[in-house]
Amino acid sequence: MRRIAEGKAGGVAPGQECFIIGGGEGVVVHAVVFYVFAAIAIAGAVQVISARNPVHSVLFLVLVFFNAAGLFLLLGAEFLAMILVIVYVGAVAVLFLFVVMMLDINTLRLREGFLQYLPLGGLVGVILLAELTAVIGGWVFVPDVEEALQTGGTAAMSGITNTEALGRVLYTDYVYLFQASGLVLLVAMVGSIMLTLRTRPDVRRQIIARQLERTKANSLKVRKVPTGGGV
Amino acid sequence: MEDFLKEYLPILVFLGIAGVVAGGAVVASYIVAPQRPDAEKDSAYECGFEAFEDTRTHFDIRFYLVAILFIIFDLEVAFLFPWAMALGKIGLFGFWSMMVFLGILTVGFVYEWKKGALEWE
Repeated sequence: MRRIAEGKAGGVAPGQECFIIGGGEGVVVHAVVFYVFAAIAIAGAVQVISARNPVHSVLFLVLVFFNAAGLFLLLGAEFLAMILVIVYVGAVAVLFLFVVMMLDINTLRLREGFLQYLPLGGLVGVILLAELTAVIGGWVFVPDVEEALQTGGTAAMSGITNTEALGRVLYTDYVYLFQASGLVLLVAMVGSIMLTLRTRPDVRRQIIARQLERTKANSLKVRKVPTGGGV
Repeated sequence: MEDFLKEYLPILVFLGIAGVVAGGAVVASYIVAPQRPDAEKDSAYECGFEAFEDTRTHFDIRFYLVAILFIIFDLEVAFLFPWAMALGKIGLFGFWSMMVFLGILTVGFVYEWKKGALEWE
């Protein structure tokens, strides 16, 4: 942790100006908005795991996503914030809702396994707590880490927007990762079709070519019906 | 930093107004409307019947398939935004790297089209 922070601090060019938050009202508004977003996000996250109805959990998850997008925006990651709203809120949360609806979960039966999974869940929680402690510890013990993060992160790209800064490196410097993400999407597409698609034989489909093929000659027959004789 | 956040201030104001209006409607109807609940009023009303079963029945898997295909193309479009903004700077290489990416996904698109995953029956 310490080494990384020092390395970043060392990478700052001597003449480069460090980002300093301007004084006055802007900082207060910034801080208030941050705490509101963070508080709602944490409250929503608690509700996600404690709500009785799984559908309510998913809706609270959407609330958490929105607030996380707000926090990203405050950090200056505009593109990430918008993608979070478009992809996670617009698509992933809907998918979760489908899955929750589809699974037909009995909540009471779900609660029975709570103690069984407690050790594993607890372990994951402890690991996360340790990592967060390491991050906060790094923040406290290395005073210039804040400065290093701000200069190492976004401040170098001045004058252009966050989205354009991403675009300048994503398709050229990181071309392999970009193409790999395309392949991952292709695999996801093929995999989901393979897993879920089944054709039903008893369904009558509309075949447009056959509809267009029909002519008066092969579909209409005129017969002379004798009086009283029937067809 | 501060400058671009100022552009989002109207959205913040809008969020505040939306919260006040939504909360105000709930609180006002709670305060203003007379509340005299009884057992019949609180019971479920569904065309005169008691509810037959839980609303959470099994869905057709096709909804899930459509949703996941939507997410994949949603992500593909998300990749196009930074590309479109930086196209002037990244040159021909950036242009063709996106064309290859789109080509890969077009393979998947042709696959699902031919497989009939987009048809609803």
